[in-house]
Amino acid sequence: MLRQIEGSQAIAHTVALCRPEVVCAYPISPQTHIIEAVGAMVKAGTLAPCEFINVESEFAAMSVAIGASATGARAYTATASQGLLFMMEAVYNAAGLGLPIVMTLANRAIGAPINIWNDHSDAMAVRDSGWIQLFAESNQEASDLHVQAFRLAEELSVPVMVCVDGFILTHAVEGVDLLDQSFVDSFLPPYEPRQMLDTKAPVSIGAMVGPEAFEEVRYLAHLRQLDALKRIPEIAREFFEATGRDSGGLVRPYRTEDAETVVVAMGSVLGTLKDAVDARRDLGELVGVLGVTSFRPFPSEAVRDALAHARQVVVIEKAFNVGAGGVLSTDIAIALHSEQTLLRTVVAGLGGRAITRRSLEKVLVDASRDELAALTFLDLDQGAVDRERALMQTSRGAVSGKASA
Amino acid sequence: MGSRRGTFATREIIAQAKGNRTVFQIRIHGRGGQGVVTAAEILSFAAFDEGRHAQAFPSFGSERTGAPVVSFCRFDDRVIRTREPVMEPDAVIIQDVTLIHQVDLFSGLSPEGYVLINTSNSFSDLGFGDFFDQYQLEHLMTCPATDIALEHLGRPLPNAALLGGFAALTGEITYDAIDKAVREHFTGPVGERNAAAVKAAFDYVASKVKETARASTN
Repeated sequence: MLRQIEGSQAIAHTVALCRPEVVCAYPISPQTHIIEAVGAMVKAGTLAPCEFINVESEFAAMSVAIGASATGARAYTATASQGLLFMMEAVYNAAGLGLPIVMTLANRAIGAPINIWNDHSDAMAVRDSGWIQLFAESNQEASDLHVQAFRLAEELSVPVMVCVDGFILTHAVEGVDLLDQSFVDSFLPPYEPRQMLDTKAPVSIGAMVGPEAFEEVRYLAHLRQLDALKRIPEIAREFFEATGRDSGGLVRPYRTEDAETVVVAMGSVLGTLKDAVDARRDLGELVGVLGVTSFRPFPSEAVRDALAHARQVVVIEKAFNVGAGGVLSTDIAIALHSEQTLLRTVVAGLGGRAITRRSLEKVLVDASRDELAALTFLDLDQGAVDRERALMQTSRGAVSGKASA
Repeated sequence: MGSRRGTFATREIIAQAKGNRTVFQIRIHGRGGQGVVTAAEILSFAAFDEGRHAQAFPSFGSERTGAPVVSFCRFDDRVIRTREPVMEPDAVIIQDVTLIHQVDLFSGLSPEGYVLINTSNSFSDLGFGDFFDQYQLEHLMTCPATDIALEHLGRPLPNAALLGGFAALTGEITYDAIDKAVREHFTGPVGERNAAAVKAAFDYVASKVKETARASTN
């Protein structure tokens, strides 16, 4: 059923079709609309049986999700930004315990300075936690990914984070083809936990593991992620065959076949990027796009195959590893393992800075002229940076001058 | 609807004028509490109902009552992929006239672009000087949407009324689609009252458009 609907509402609709039995969350922008909508469905009885648990913090939200999942309930939560950081300890625990929790991350910058707008800093902060991280390009994909996420999580006993660009997607109203209950019921079988807390058959989960086995536990988690590398495209294929929609999967190439320059990105910027690439293609430039849908597990082989013929790879990053450089770029560099390919990082859209087609086209033009530096910041106000640097120099001089006097 | 649409440019004529470009982009300026975001959403529902692809999104400011707020809507016969804010609008709707000297309201607006301002003053009384000399006079319009809203809703919420005015001014969307979208968004008696405001503003602007057309042919 094609509907004109806010992204958050579409996600909430799909989450409800997945029949979660426990939903717990603490409100934080830009995730709030999703949780409000799910909460309203629980209250109205249209999502039943389901317990909606109000908690006092994000740490509690993930802890409740862990408890619920450990007793065999399908559990869902959502958060963003500082909320994710606040629940971080529990985020690692959910993965370590192999609990198939699904969480929507409405991607938002991390303070300080406080900023409610979109970037990928929050997702990057937990990239090593053992969660699967899937990035949605549109609200259609954001909605579809949740069904695939529950399926994947429960098959592999790994929690899955669906990353949806905050505001840009969550608050955008656009056409979304909503799934129906019968399809979701056929695609997503009831949750059958591998192991659960049961008073009739007591077990401990999450007991201490010493040096004799901890490495093995971590390596096993890695192997489950490698299993996910195989299952993610299979599940996406099955979804495609049933719905005709190309949602999910590992990577999505666009006009890369003969491309000399390929731009790699994740999330909603891919739409604008495709428009930019089409515009440059119309002028005869050989450019393409590679969207990375699965960031964890990282699909090194699929990335390498897709970029094999590119002379230059430009990674657009909505996050920044301060003091080092690009985050996604590092993974791309390892995957490429090539000294022949020029790798460029463009940090863009931090804290909600709008990424325009015009600016992206300029990146493509600069790249084709080999004028793109190894690391650049899109639309950076260099004047403001220089002024601030100068100010810091003078004020430091003034302070030290006073001290020596 | 046929007679109404005959009085102003139809979509086909606009599409021809724009060449291959099929997208129409609207930027709405107002203040927190005036329903700026809701207006863009309703517009997108109306365009969707007419079978077009439509996208509406806010400027993502921290919502505070009275603070300047911007929302965007674009519709297209083709799939919309871009996520950039509307920087070159085909139409600008100003819900609060006090923003005129505070915010860069007309940034990127093409000379063929439309402007609809909520005020009981006429466009020429707003003190723009020669700013709009390159623009098409018949595309520049004011509408007393707050007065209309006060009359029909009893509250100074001009957003729905302005959408009626927008339909009459641009012909980019039908009155029927706006009427339906407003009734679906505001249900019950509130929907009825907003729909009445839409009708009043549509009729007001439609008659002003006719007046302008008559004046330019004379």
